[in-house]
Amino acid sequence: MTAERSDNVATLRENNPEVVEALSRRYGAGFITDIETDSLPPGLNEDIIRALSALKEEPEWMTEWRLEAYRHWLTMPMPDWAKLKLSPIDFQAISYYAAPKNRPKSLDEVDPKLLETYDKLGVPLHERARLAGVAVDAVFDSVSVGTTFRKELAEAGVIFCSMSEAIKEHPELVREYLGTVVPTGDNYFAALNSAVFSDGSFVFIPKGVRCPMELSTYFRINAGHTGQFERTLIIAEDEAYVSYLEGCTAPMRDENQLHAAVVELVALEKASIKYSTVQNWYPGDENGVGGIYNFVTKRGDCRGDDSKISWTQVETGSAITWKYPSCVLRGDRSVGEFYSVALTHHHQQADTGTKMIHVGKGTRSKIVSKGISAGKSSNAYRGLVKVEKGAEGARNYTQCDSLLIGKTCGAHTFPYMEVKNSTAIVEHEATTSKISDDQLFYCRARGLDEENAVSMIVDGFCKQVFRELPMEFAVEAKKLLEVSLEGAVG
Amino acid sequence: MTAMLKIENLHARVEGKEILKGLSLEIGPGEVHAIMGPNGAGKSTLGNVLSGRDGYEVTEGSVTYMGQDLLALEPEERAAAGVFLAFQYPVEIPGVNNTYFLRAAYNAQRKARGESELDSMEFLKLVREKLKVMNLSTDLLNRAVNEGFSGGEKKRNEIFQMALLEPKLAILDETDSGLDIDALKQVAEGVNAQRDPQRSFLLITHYQRLLDYIEPDFVHVLADGRIVESGDKTLAHKLEEHGYAWVAEHGEPAGAA
Repeated sequence: MTAERSDNVATLRENNPEVVEALSRRYGAGFITDIETDSLPPGLNEDIIRALSALKEEPEWMTEWRLEAYRHWLTMPMPDWAKLKLSPIDFQAISYYAAPKNRPKSLDEVDPKLLETYDKLGVPLHERARLAGVAVDAVFDSVSVGTTFRKELAEAGVIFCSMSEAIKEHPELVREYLGTVVPTGDNYFAALNSAVFSDGSFVFIPKGVRCPMELSTYFRINAGHTGQFERTLIIAEDEAYVSYLEGCTAPMRDENQLHAAVVELVALEKASIKYSTVQNWYPGDENGVGGIYNFVTKRGDCRGDDSKISWTQVETGSAITWKYPSCVLRGDRSVGEFYSVALTHHHQQADTGTKMIHVGKGTRSKIVSKGISAGKSSNAYRGLVKVEKGAEGARNYTQCDSLLIGKTCGAHTFPYMEVKNSTAIVEHEATTSKISDDQLFYCRARGLDEENAVSMIVDGFCKQVFRELPMEFAVEAKKLLEVSLEGAVG
Repeated sequence: MTAMLKIENLHARVEGKEILKGLSLEIGPGEVHAIMGPNGAGKSTLGNVLSGRDGYEVTEGSVTYMGQDLLALEPEERAAAGVFLAFQYPVEIPGVNNTYFLRAAYNAQRKARGESELDSMEFLKLVREKLKVMNLSTDLLNRAVNEGFSGGEKKRNEIFQMALLEPKLAILDETDSGLDIDALKQVAEGVNAQRDPQRSFLLITHYQRLLDYIEPDFVHVLADGRIVESGDKTLAHKLEEHGYAWVAEHGEPAGAA
């Protein structure tokens, strides 16, 4: 296999240097940063959780909160309803804390190696941050290594910092909101996360403030035999607005690493939160060895009337993705949106979708899901639209489109609907299509090579979702799809 | 070398069935050739073989285009070398902006020929120039490729692409099919505006009426996989009068090996 491939590459190199470049770009984020880390020994028990909490100098209430979650987790079985092919996870073999030594006090003191890492990934942490105009919190393994633009944000009254800091600096806010959207016992992985989460981002936008810039967190797993368990909490008070972006990468390893995050969003009256993700965790190799298990709980609570939460995600990475960013539409006339592109190739498995829970009157939700499957991968949309009794005049529109590339992949759609109010209107449309030989030939007869033709067709298929992404992210997302689809045809 | 395209004794199969059975044809620069024939004669197969579609297996014979072996080239290489196929059924590509698609194609061809690519402003200027020729509304440029186009719009869009890509050899596969008389005239005008001493055309058609508007230099009759009769444009009228059965009775196989 390796020999054959290098032969091909040799022939290609002579004929087409661009293709060779593209091939080597296949998973560009797969490098490892050689940096000294402090980590906890592998294993999971109450002592480890206490040690983790102590390392992070947490208050007693936080330690107790974790322990309670852990005890709950012990009583829960590993869920198997998603029918995923997954090797058993040995929770005792994972180290629950890894952090670069010499933690910096400010961005100016950050280890140059770390800055270099983020530079390679195209994430602006230093002066470049100013040019890009996006505030970044960089999470490396278990800890945040720096947050940019803090002063400017503070002037607007916005709090953007790591979760660890928030627990210390703003305990009243954390205590008021943490776990109110995703309770500690919500599900198996949320309970685990509540017990062992190490860092993540905290955002607070006070009443009436429109956050002056995009906020973003860049998650990077670097150390081996670790898991990343981050926790993000975003609170938008009355009439506040924020757009938040999240990016993720990890080195190429032949082990399966676990990423089990929890994201909670709270939108109060007339507040609006836009949350965008470009997920590019290492997907494993073409034989399905290695890759990240991405088991994530993301939920937004439209707590106030006329509030809005919008999720946009582009999922190209991970061996297994299992996530359902959801909205609880509690406030009257609140709005939930979910725009998703999930691409799977080789042996990747994605089971993703959303839940829209209509509680308030006149609530509206919109779901647009685009699944693309290639290779031997399997891609499922799973979504729930639930209209509670009191949700007079609730409306939902769902559109699920699947695109198949090749003959060995699979796409499935599982729409669940529970409607308890007769005035509600729930619409669902689904299509499955293939990139046809006719489309490919049409493009090629006009001069486009096969890979460009495929990426153009895929890009067209995803347009509706890409439109929702902030500009820089849309460009990155498009490139990611191209890279992820290399070798998908022919 | 005088011929731009030289097809010699071409045999081709589709799904194991022989469709072309020894077709020979020469097209010189600037010439307009029409290939007519009954359904199933192999007309569209010829267009597909010349542009390199998968699933068409050439078992014998050769095709030389501008001195090179055309059959050895990938479809996109043929396009860059100046071969253009106007499709009988142009496909829809949802979500892909028509102008964006055209620019990508245009630049891919230029890149393949070692020419510099045009940026979006330069390209837009070019598009505006060429639009005049086709009498197309700019609205079509901002829609997705062929999506929701009427039959006439699709065909006109094909001819517009041809105007933009400036091929040396244009193959029009039943471009007249499904068009009403007004649309047919518009398409014909677009083609005529592109006639040039350096540009050759191969018009594949079932009906003579297209040739009332695009006057060919040569007319060939294709039947059962080979050219059975060749002549000037008057041949088309004879066919119209007598039907294809007449050729089968009176024609001499001209291209048989």
